[in-house]
Amino acid sequence: MSNNPTQPPKFTRRSLLGGAMAVTIVQTTLAKGLQVGRPNDPTKQMGVPPGKLGSRSRFETLAKSPSDISSRSPLQDFQGMLTPSDLHFERHHNGVPTIDPATYSLTIHGLVDRPTVFSLADLKRFPSVSRIAFLECSGNFRTGKDTMTPQDICGLTSQSEWTGVRLSTLFREVGVREKASWFLAEGGDAALMTRSIPVRKGWADAIIAYAQNGEAIRPEQGYPVRLFLPGWEGNTSVKWLRRIELGDAPWHTREETSKYTETIKGGKVRQFSFDIDARSIITFPTYPAQIERGWVEIRGLAWSGRGKVTRVEVSTDAGKHWQVAELQDPVLDKAHTVFRHLWRWEGVETLIMSRVTDETGYVQPTLRQLLDARGPDTGGYHMNPVTAWLIKPDGRVLYQPDYGR
Amino acid sequence: MTNPWLLIPIFLMNWSGWKAVSIHSFRPRTSAGASAGKADTLPERFGPGAFGFGKLAKPEQVAALDIDVRPDGTGLPAGSGTVAAGAVLFSAKCAACHGSGGTGGPNGALVVTTAVPGKRPAKVIGNYWPYATTVFDYVRRAMPFNEPGSLTNGEVYALTAFLLYSNKLIDEKTILNAKTLPAIRMPAQPSYVPDDRKGGPEIR
Repeated sequence: MSNNPTQPPKFTRRSLLGGAMAVTIVQTTLAKGLQVGRPNDPTKQMGVPPGKLGSRSRFETLAKSPSDISSRSPLQDFQGMLTPSDLHFERHHNGVPTIDPATYSLTIHGLVDRPTVFSLADLKRFPSVSRIAFLECSGNFRTGKDTMTPQDICGLTSQSEWTGVRLSTLFREVGVREKASWFLAEGGDAALMTRSIPVRKGWADAIIAYAQNGEAIRPEQGYPVRLFLPGWEGNTSVKWLRRIELGDAPWHTREETSKYTETIKGGKVRQFSFDIDARSIITFPTYPAQIERGWVEIRGLAWSGRGKVTRVEVSTDAGKHWQVAELQDPVLDKAHTVFRHLWRWEGVETLIMSRVTDETGYVQPTLRQLLDARGPDTGGYHMNPVTAWLIKPDGRVLYQPDYGR
Repeated sequence: MTNPWLLIPIFLMNWSGWKAVSIHSFRPRTSAGASAGKADTLPERFGPGAFGFGKLAKPEQVAALDIDVRPDGTGLPAGSGTVAAGAVLFSAKCAACHGSGGTGGPNGALVVTTAVPGKRPAKVIGNYWPYATTVFDYVRRAMPFNEPGSLTNGEVYALTAFLLYSNKLIDEKTILNAKTLPAIRMPAQPSYVPDDRKGGPEIR
């Protein structure tokens, strides 16, 4: 099928043979369609019959932006709190593996009474749980030029409903011993990626997830089973989970030493930085949008790995004044929350920006505040600065990389 | 609104679960988070094996998967490797991505090189990795990138020896094995500190 909206849709075998009774009528309609040249009046055409899978309108062109190691969600194109599963960001360390659910297994061993191998069917028999929560890579800040979209700046965050079995349920089933304080989560991908996780997170809210937005997890998100740790840096939610080992100390794997650590003041290296600090970003209007004078609804997303968003403020005068934005229900724990602020733009050049406060009282910092706190060499992990957009007099919108520096 | 009376039996069920937790086998803990609320919710009777789903893992099944190595050397296999053997392997299997001798290629440097004025030194094994055992663990599980899992344990010891030697952490005569590798002290280790962020108004 052509994706070009200027081309007429092609009649597929399915659309023609959708119902035997309709075939003759379809043929007549087809003839008319061909006579007219382009069937641009949907009220004068038979529609496509029901199908096995839904599809996105061919007029919609939203897409992830892939690099060699990741693919970023088009935040500026979303209209709600949930990320469509096929647009959930990707980050992996040696590609997406193909895992047969019939032969998949999860082994839990180490400091447990009953080392156990669970099949996928076994995992699905346990009491299940669902929650809507964001997942964000901790290396989710890019900057440097004014022609950047929200997707370019922080597209490594997405939100889904995750369903599976509580890890606490499995901890009970295998009899995690008192001495166990950390567990190793290992993926079954070509990187055999591993992270050490405190056992307390497993008892608190970890999910061994097998479903995402109501269906099996997508391969890019860990099919058939992943660990999901609400509010924690994405790398710890190990995908394609094949093994959990309970131990009494962290393993200091490559992904928790060489990577996913940040330099802070005094030459120190901060390690096991699990929680995602609160962040917000305006998703409209942003580059490459061009706005017109009059009423503009400023829209965006806000989230915190430490709890609920309690407030989002928006400034339309370069940070001189801040107004409280409206939060869209539901405002969930450790979840993307939609915010909106209605603004009348009179054609004057200005900067617009948002900042979030979470239920711990944390207020989203500026880049300067982050660099002052951590030193200039901190690198790219756990960077969540207030993000500003320049509105030009002609309505063009540009990212402001130097704001708050 | 939920009728509060409906919640009482659930609450009591949970409470009895917490109170009677066996001291030796499991202990559900509440979260340190601001709004946990999703903690372990099973009643007390669900102790080890209560559901009976899954199969007990045989020792050989676990052994086939259990390749992780800890800083104290737990998990290191038998075998050994030399710097000289590692140098040959590195040229053949690693230099295309990491440069000659690990000095930098399309997938980054692995060894400390002479500082370039005005440029931040790359974070590599010799100046950033806190434990030498991590080099062995990572190479064994993930390298070479296009042939993961293809190296013998002896080859992994040899490559680890070559990389530690190239970072001036061991001399060229050192033979790495399960005893010598965990004894190596890494310069970066004392710099590592746990996360000090804790929410609230302070920016860290």
